[in-house]
Amino acid sequence: MENLIKEKFSNGTSIVHKLDPRIKLIVILLFSIVAAVTDKFTSLTIALLFSIILIMMARLKVKDIFSRLLVVNSFIFILWIMLPLTFGGEKIYSLGSLNISSEGIKYALLISIKSNSIILAGMALLSTTSIYNMIHALHHLYLPDKLTQLFFFTYRYLHTIYSEYISLNNALKIRGFKPKSNLHTYKTYAYLVGMLMIRSYDRSSRVYNAMLCRSFRGKFWTLNHFRFHKIDFVAGAVMAGCVLGLVLLP
Amino acid sequence: MNEKINLIKINHLSFSYSSGQPVFSNMNFNFAKGQRVGLVGPNGSGKTTLFHLIMGLLNPTEGKIEIFGKERKEEKDFTEVRERIGLVFQDPDDQLFSPTVAEDISFGPLNLGKNHQETKRILEKTLKILGLDGFENRMTHNLSYGEKRLVSLATVWAMQPEILLLDEPVVWLDEKTIGRVEQILNRNQNLSYIIISHDKKFLKNTTDNIYLMENGEIKKI
Repeated sequence: MENLIKEKFSNGTSIVHKLDPRIKLIVILLFSIVAAVTDKFTSLTIALLFSIILIMMARLKVKDIFSRLLVVNSFIFILWIMLPLTFGGEKIYSLGSLNISSEGIKYALLISIKSNSIILAGMALLSTTSIYNMIHALHHLYLPDKLTQLFFFTYRYLHTIYSEYISLNNALKIRGFKPKSNLHTYKTYAYLVGMLMIRSYDRSSRVYNAMLCRSFRGKFWTLNHFRFHKIDFVAGAVMAGCVLGLVLLP
Repeated sequence: MNEKINLIKINHLSFSYSSGQPVFSNMNFNFAKGQRVGLVGPNGSGKTTLFHLIMGLLNPTEGKIEIFGKERKEEKDFTEVRERIGLVFQDPDDQLFSPTVAEDISFGPLNLGKNHQETKRILEKTLKILGLDGFENRMTHNLSYGEKRLVSLATVWAMQPEILLLDEPVVWLDEKTIGRVEQILNRNQNLSYIIISHDKKFLKNTTDNIYLMENGEIKKI
């Protein structure tokens, strides 16, 4: 069966792929905060440029990048319709009783640049690491054990629950079930979701028992650990410097 | 009692789930070092429940469970039991949760306090014994069912348990893989284990005695 989460960008040989995930996590966190709170167009334009440079360095497939951006920008498109008409401020054009304001356009543009910068930087820094390595890095960055274990098990067992969903769905199909907009369909889907929840709960109990049987005492020990290299320090310092530059820009 | 003779001693054991008929009442069972026992019985007769009681995952309603010469009652009593007895679950997806085969096999030894070097040595040895060389970096959720079964066994094997409890280890496996499991078990004559299985041929090839569990009782056949 096909994987539920494909992690298309996680395999690669670029410098961004090779960087220590801990550095990438810290940089994306700082960058997202700065990009989200700043209102300066100069800073945001440079932030967008920074993201584009990261994407280029990560050597990701342009087609895949655009398909992801399309999803985000389809939501932003709604803002472009709503904000210029509802934001108020100086009127620059009238469409019957509707007024388009320059402040509304500026605000929509600001949100567009912010969102695209953060998404692009996220793609370059987060998607280039496998989810397991990312969770491992969160553990090393002192995220509480329970939270990292929650992320870890959610990701690991999504695949299993997905395959259970496929089996249940196939069981419906082979007995001639055709979804329609009627009570029978709603009831059937409610049973399916209920059954998935019960199976997930049972699975979690069994997995926990299996862990106890292998002497688990609440602490996850891992075999492989990350090691900082010179390049990680240099790249981390350069990226952190760029983020600081965004804050200090006039 | 001599620990060398009876590693597991179950006396007058009764157990029932919160809603339902008693699974066992007044059951007795002894298991000695070096024994290779097969356990058969109809579905729902309590074979898996017995394994869970031995590992302390369930608590008996009445009776006494003695393992390695000590009575085991509370959760803390079973810490030692889980270090010295390995249970291979029926469904390998319950057992395998780490991202890679190497991480999953190392989970047990690391929990036992082995250092990284020692763990890596155990990992290599286990992979070799179970014929899983080259599987180290495979993702556990992408393995075939037969591979998952063997890796499940490897995860417990790596803890070097004194007793193995195998719950349906060959169900849904092809003949070739069943042969591989038989070979692994027979190659290590010092092993003590209990196998739950419905495959009579497999039990004949891997065990010395077969017990039947039925109507809350266990008897040698």
